[in-house]
Amino acid sequence: MVQMEYYLIVSTIMMFIGIYGFLTRRNLLAMLISVELILNSVDINFVVFNRFLFPGQLEGFFFSLFAIGISAAETAVAIAIIINIYRNMKNIQVKNLDKMKW
Amino acid sequence: MNITLDLIVFIVLALVIVVSSLLAVTTKRILRSATYLLFVLIGTAGIYFQLNYSFLGAVQLLVYAGGITVLYVFSILLTSSEGDQAEKLKKGKFFAGLAATLAALGICLFIMLKHKFLQPVFEHGELPVKEIGHALMSTGKYGYVLPFEVISVLLLACIIGGILIARKR
Repeated sequence: MVQMEYYLIVSTIMMFIGIYGFLTRRNLLAMLISVELILNSVDINFVVFNRFLFPGQLEGFFFSLFAIGISAAETAVAIAIIINIYRNMKNIQVKNLDKMKW
Repeated sequence: MNITLDLIVFIVLALVIVVSSLLAVTTKRILRSATYLLFVLIGTAGIYFQLNYSFLGAVQLLVYAGGITVLYVFSILLTSSEGDQAEKLKKGKFFAGLAATLAALGICLFIMLKHKFLQPVFEHGELPVKEIGHALMSTGKYGYVLPFEVISVLLLACIIGGILIARKR
């Protein structure tokens, strides 16, 4: 059996790599990929806590299961928005998206 | 500390995940970044398999690695033009992001390693799919029929919204 902390360390590193990418990338799709990394690391955390701390219950398991479904929905809508932006502006770099800025 | 097969498998998975996610956010080409994301998702599915949650690993492979990655690749090919490189960020902003990330990572790791968790126990054995199905469909305590229905409505709304947003007017 592997220590529980090892899994948590991996998921923490993955989460902050995602945050780093979200802060430094300037392309909408790259930022969305970073958000996927963050969501994925949280799923790992839920599953690890469920397996190691509360092995008789299923809450963490179902939380991850529903989180996977919801993140799929979120990605689909976000990509639809990005494609629409591309159709209007021919570009998906963040610095060009200032039409709605007041 | 003795080296077991579990530990070796875990180290391989952890290396795949960490290296691929680093490459996914640092590589210049966005299509490569999507490919590295696929490796991260597959590594995560491997961790679920290692924790004896085969159903969750299968869902992860199907939904994430099979569905979302294809969606990413399609949208990247639709939206990025030839020779679309990563934009240059200002040095100051880049280092500010890096410093903020590293500081927060340090704090989080410190707190997590200091924290006294409950006594971890690891029960070997697969979670039976029958139990998952009964929990997903039961209405009593620890039943998940309400979130199940809500997520079905959410997915329907997402389908309609995606079509409405992305269609040509």
